Amino acid sequence: MTTTTTAPAPPAAVAEEHQVRRRRRLSPGKRLPATRITGPLLVLALWAAASATGRLDPGAIPAPWTVVETGIRLWTEGTLPRDVLTSLQRAGAGFAIGLTAGIVLALASGLSRIGEALIDGSVQLNRAVPTLGLIPLFILWLGIGETFKIAIIAIVVYVPIYLNTHAALSGIDHRFVELAEVQGLSRFAFVRQVVVPGALPGFFVGLRLGVTGSWLGLVVLEQINATSGLGYMMFQAQNYGQTDVILVGLVVYGLFGLVSDTAVRAIERRVLSWRRTLSS
Amino acid sequence: MAPHTEQLTRPAVRLRGLTRSFEGRTVLDGVDLDLPAGQFTALLGHSGSGKSTLLRAIAGIDHGVAGSGTLTAPERVSVVFQDSRLLPWRRVLPNVLLGLDGEDAEERGRAALAEVGLGGRERAWPTELSGGEQQRAALARSLVREPELLLADEPFGALDALTRIKMHALLRRLWERHRPSVLLVTHDVDEAIVLADRVLVLEDGRIGLDLTVDRDGPHAHGGYRTQLLKALGVSEDAP
Repeated sequence: MTTTTTAPAPPAAVAEEHQVRRRRRLSPGKRLPATRITGPLLVLALWAAASATGRLDPGAIPAPWTVVETGIRLWTEGTLPRDVLTSLQRAGAGFAIGLTAGIVLALASGLSRIGEALIDGSVQLNRAVPTLGLIPLFILWLGIGETFKIAIIAIVVYVPIYLNTHAALSGIDHRFVELAEVQGLSRFAFVRQVVVPGALPGFFVGLRLGVTGSWLGLVVLEQINATSGLGYMMFQAQNYGQTDVILVGLVVYGLFGLVSDTAVRAIERRVLSWRRTLSS
Repeated sequence: MAPHTEQLTRPAVRLRGLTRSFEGRTVLDGVDLDLPAGQFTALLGHSGSGKSTLLRAIAGIDHGVAGSGTLTAPERVSVVFQDSRLLPWRRVLPNVLLGLDGEDAEERGRAALAEVGLGGRERAWPTELSGGEQQRAALARSLVREPELLLADEPFGALDALTRIKMHALLRRLWERHRPSVLLVTHDVDEAIVLADRVLVLEDGRIGLDLTVDRDGPHAHGGYRTQLLKALGVSEDAP
């Protein structure tokens, strides 16, 4: 710039022209196709490669094709369908009860101060106690049959549904409550048209946690005492050193979890289509 | 004007000794006010002067606020807020119909949307509308209920200047057609003079100035403006 004092450059040369560069994008950007399946497929490929090259002890981790063969064998023999059905029934019953309880308690606690006083503290207390630690007590109370298993699953499911739905209910914008008052909505119409849709995003977070939780609870319960079910099947296989059977059980659990989570996500996308968020 | 004469004798809104205070700080200090039926009134005041408190008291949504005094208002009251307050999970038409029953509700909703220039946008999501369009939808939502009293709390405060001019014309036109009593809370002196037939200034918790705007008088705007700014304690020359 020192030379410009003696020989001023023409203005056009002084003004530096900046090429406009797009700013660094902070959102994750466009979705890749079939992203969700990429990771699992990679793990599967590594597993198959390691088995084929003999780097894995077949006694500890059998090859993928051995697991598939065992799965087919167990299925055609009829034991796998029976175990799957039993597990599905347990998880389904516990989930249905937990879902209902979670929603009802969240609504009662979120919409009335009396409900909040009675319910919220109790649930928080319940949450602090590890649910699986309740198993011995529940066996004494409810017997060793199906009831206590369903009860434990229901508790595992209702807690996250309650917590997230209740948080969403209390977080509903006060301006919308005021609007409902001004528009003269009845209490029922207010709940149906403002509270429920407003709390749905939180509810779905709880629902996904609950769905996963129901499978988690199932694994533990069926390994502790059962005469059928996937967990039982795996527990037996452990006694006989059948790692392939254990892996079949794990794969089925995994598939259940994946399918149910995908289903919840699909419903969520449909129901919450009005939302425009980072993930869309 | 003859059909209105009878209505004008009976005020739509009647306040006597209305007092409201927040944690010991008196915001409204015995307000006496009559709003005749069908009149377009603007309420001016500094921020914090209690304009919104007064409007919320008339709307009956000031829960938990301490106060006394008597207050009568019509049965059908609609409120337009500064934000459009459209429920994001409902499309435009269901938003307009919020709280409206009856078989012809949908038809009325469509008519109201057409009236504010949003015909054809019934199925849009609120987020797909511009700020001005959202506020028009909010106007449609309040009009579809055929209110006797329309309360508007700085309804154009968040809009850009050009959109605001259009919205002024729209609101004035809608008022002329439906003739509800209107109480418009604003801090914009020009907006008050352009829209209202009567301008009130809220000062120290009371109505400090009650000005009737003669809309047909020539060159009146500047005069009203000076008078109102003086009542608000604002000088245009002062730094």
